Amino acid sequence: MLPRSFQYFAPTAVEEVTGLLKEHEGDVKILAGGMSLIPLMKMRLASPGYIVDINRVKGLEYIEESEDGKALLIGSLTRHHSLESSPLVKKRAPLLSEAAGSIGDPQVRNLGTIGGALAHSDPSGDWGAAILAVRGAVMALGPSGERSIPIDDFLVDTFTTALKEGELITRVSVPTLPEGAKSGGAYLKLERKAGDFATAGVAAQLVLEERKDGDYCTYAGIGLTALGPKNLRASNAEARLVGRRLTKEAISEAASAAASESAPTDDPLRGTAKYKRQMAGLFTRRALELAAARARAHGGRGAR
Amino acid sequence: MTTLQVKVRVNGKESAKEVEPRLLLVHFIRDELGLTGTHVGCDTTNCGACTILLDGKSVKSCTMFAVQADGRSITTIEGMQAADGELHPIQKAFWENHGLQCGYCTPGMVMQAAWLLRENPSPTEQEIRLGISGNLCRCTGYQNIVKSVKEAAKAMQTEAKGRR
Repeated sequence: MLPRSFQYFAPTAVEEVTGLLKEHEGDVKILAGGMSLIPLMKMRLASPGYIVDINRVKGLEYIEESEDGKALLIGSLTRHHSLESSPLVKKRAPLLSEAAGSIGDPQVRNLGTIGGALAHSDPSGDWGAAILAVRGAVMALGPSGERSIPIDDFLVDTFTTALKEGELITRVSVPTLPEGAKSGGAYLKLERKAGDFATAGVAAQLVLEERKDGDYCTYAGIGLTALGPKNLRASNAEARLVGRRLTKEAISEAASAAASESAPTDDPLRGTAKYKRQMAGLFTRRALELAAARARAHGGRGAR
Repeated sequence: MTTLQVKVRVNGKESAKEVEPRLLLVHFIRDELGLTGTHVGCDTTNCGACTILLDGKSVKSCTMFAVQADGRSITTIEGMQAADGELHPIQKAFWENHGLQCGYCTPGMVMQAAWLLRENPSPTEQEIRLGISGNLCRCTGYQNIVKSVKEAAKAMQTEAKGRR
């Protein structure tokens, strides 16, 4: 399959990228990992006249802690595999490394990028759910400067984000907790076969506080994959957990809430809406149980 | 039709060609460079038959434009054997363990195994299965492929120890 002809640019500085985006507004696409864009172009579902390849742009591929130690900063061109294998991510935001490792297949993870995946806003994408669970933000650079967009505002609809024409994602930031906090996350998804898009997926992040009568939930983040027109936040489910003692019943209630607020559709390949809704509940429960177990183990061992 | 020059180092040898930006890397490798060991299978990023190493990382060459590889280094299946024709330990292991039947997926499997064993020189069976999960084989049921990768890992470790 051959895409339509296009003009190709490979700038090395972000200023050149934004310049090119402005110059060719309306008919230009940014090429990052290409794992979604190139298949779309080959199938001619997308036929941009201009391609701006950002793979040679310096300073977009990094994983580091912010100076105050309260956030993990991830360059937009960072590959899934780097996030999957980074010791810093495993230590400071393990949910992200689990989500990264579940994307596509190894070759796709060697090229695909976090910024590209978020910009694509595929409801079956894994990053949207994970970043919702940890309440991250997307930094966008455009003609009028840089702005930080909370993930809830960033994901607008299927294949639609809050990015304006001419804007480029430069980084993703994720708040982190003090080392030793009793926090745990999990990303679980149901696939028909290895590497397939999710039938349903759930990202869950919990922070627990130990009190006399048990562990109380001080933070809950739940993001859903392939269970609606975009990656959804299960906010009713989160509300069932925060401030409460984390019991089996609380988790069950949250799982039912997530199933109710999911909005899956029937599809001939991956099942009916009814089935997916059941999976939303089941996977939310499993993800919360795993996140809670990890939080307890994590807190018990102190900073890992 | 605008063309751009692509200069790449393929299996240690420099090549330069004028190509259209829309030319896919796999077609560049096969049609422009004549290296037909890299196969086109599904052409949709699923099957992994077109797997090559780009600057040492395994990628699916059907899902990359040739112009993206400009200035970079590529290894294809043709670059695996030694200059004297001696097969790479991974190739030998596939041969000895019947790691192929029709052979269509084999170049991609070997290249993916090469990346996997560089990342993780002694993978468990589960790690091998996950490591080749982006490569489809419709003949073997994967059993002997997994065995081949395991044997290759052993052989390469023994070889590395011998060199020390």
